[in-house]
Amino acid sequence: MAVKTRKTRQSKPIPSHFPNIDQVGIEERVARLNSRSIKKDSKVKALKLALSMIDLTTLEGKDTEGKVRQLCYKALHLHDSLPKLPHVAAVCVYNSMVGIAKETLAGSDIKVASVATAFPSGMSTLKVKLQETKFAIGQGADEVDMVISRGKFLAGEYNYVTDEIAAIKEACGKVHLKVILETGELNTLDNVRKASDLAIFAGADFIKTSTGKIQPAATMPVTLVMLEAIRDHYYLTGKKIGMKPAGGISKAKQAIQYLVMVKETLGNAWLNNNLFRFGASSLANDIIMQIIKQETGRYHSKDYISID
Amino acid sequence: MKTKTKIASRKSQIPRVLVNLPEASDERLDLDKRIKVLKTYKIYIDGKFPRSESGRYYKLKDSKGNHITNMSRASRKDFRNAVVAARNAVSSWSDRTGFNRGQIIYRIAEMLETRKAQFIWELVSQGISRENSVNEVNTAIDRLVYYAGWADKYQQIFSSVNPVNASYFNFSVPEPTGVVGIIAPEEFSFIGLISNIIPAILGGNTCVVLASESMPLTAISFAEVLQSSDVPAGVVNILTGFEKELVSHFSGHMDVNAIIYTRNDPAQIKAIQISATSNLKRIHIRKDQNWMSPESQNPYIILDNQEIKTIWHPIGF
Repeated sequence: MAVKTRKTRQSKPIPSHFPNIDQVGIEERVARLNSRSIKKDSKVKALKLALSMIDLTTLEGKDTEGKVRQLCYKALHLHDSLPKLPHVAAVCVYNSMVGIAKETLAGSDIKVASVATAFPSGMSTLKVKLQETKFAIGQGADEVDMVISRGKFLAGEYNYVTDEIAAIKEACGKVHLKVILETGELNTLDNVRKASDLAIFAGADFIKTSTGKIQPAATMPVTLVMLEAIRDHYYLTGKKIGMKPAGGISKAKQAIQYLVMVKETLGNAWLNNNLFRFGASSLANDIIMQIIKQETGRYHSKDYISID
Repeated sequence: MKTKTKIASRKSQIPRVLVNLPEASDERLDLDKRIKVLKTYKIYIDGKFPRSESGRYYKLKDSKGNHITNMSRASRKDFRNAVVAARNAVSSWSDRTGFNRGQIIYRIAEMLETRKAQFIWELVSQGISRENSVNEVNTAIDRLVYYAGWADKYQQIFSSVNPVNASYFNFSVPEPTGVVGIIAPEEFSFIGLISNIIPAILGGNTCVVLASESMPLTAISFAEVLQSSDVPAGVVNILTGFEKELVSHFSGHMDVNAIIYTRNDPAQIKAIQISATSNLKRIHIRKDQNWMSPESQNPYIILDNQEIKTIWHPIGF
């Protein structure tokens, strides 16, 4: 397997040049996009779209089978008194909970995503990470969220990082691989771009901002840089890579701002849950409250919505 | 004799403001050549003083029709933001001991006492006579002290142990309702405001208040007092603006648990009563009340925004 990885590299050397990111420009662009006003019908549409893109997530040491079952039940029944509400894209859990989630979601088309590769730190050997990935897939995971080795990345060992992603991708086979860059630990937007390019080069189906365990998690400038990496890759190869900001997106308004950014950077083709996801837990409730507000004209209360 | 003249001449050189720190109402200030620094009256949400998100304002005029200042004209979104702040503040505020809430309310009284002159001046400039203004501010401070005393007492007085015909220890205690929307009185703009806010927050509730439309100055200055009195952000939020624009949102918002309406418009009262049924808000209509009278302060007002919780505790033998 390791041999195969090396072969890939021989046929196509890993990128050695990465575009520099103009931080001020990125921030200005984000601020400009955030000034868009999305109202009424378009707002409802955007909210429902955002809802269908959510990876409902629970990644805590205190997770229990009951908690995961409850989360899956929530994924299936977001708010039954509102008919025609889309359901979320996936639930995202630790690999030991994949079986439970799979069982609870049986019969629905909600996917089960599992984190793997010594999440959240990624501090382990490739062998262990591969084992973990295979275990998650064996349990029935439809998607795998891996973390990159940030320590190695920051030490400049890009070959190691790239090979590792490629190896995990190979272990995944047809299972979707999301690569978490953990941008909160990468320090600069230049690094974010570098890591994005490497992950895409190594075979990521999705690139994802954060684990949610490090602050800052997903931010709009970071997401914009990653979206641009996806765009440049698309122009070069015609291949569409997905994007998943995760962590810190808890308000409907933020979600709409992200959608505007995706549309303006990548276009309509990315506005679906095959190519864009939100990693969040409390976002769904806020979106539901906003949808109810649009329907009834009254501001709503969390008292009438399932708990996170 | 010589020394005296010296002092007198030096005195005349010193700017007047330093010689004799005037009350805010001191008309001698107008003799100064310098341009006055006027206060911008903004709204109070989550412990901060933003302008209305809508950017709107209305002109405040005194009884003679002179333009005093511009007031923020709060929008429904400002109200929504205020409710979010109030909701977030409920759990930590209601978890505090009654004793601690009492200390904080006493602190408000202390802070108000030191800033009395400003409040009197604001009432006067809104057309209240000087005597009535002094009276109103003094009564307000006394009322704060009165309620501060009740903070650690109302609970035991309104609680009960209930005899039941089963092996249970059965008792009832008052608990806060949650977020209270207050449409403060149009007249009695200051004492009326305090008389409605304090009993509500004393009982562990948080509130969103719409100040008097024609006399809003003291409400915003009171917010400054609250901010410097250890009242946590979000416990009291004060908006200025138009009743007819905002009241339907007060009564319709699903995250507001009670509404206090203190004005006299019968059509408005009916609308509130209908709209508040959406989430079964507690409705308190306090119209035609003389807020200066001692009868306007009593512990039953605290009870208005309390819910009685009864606990059945099994007794083992």
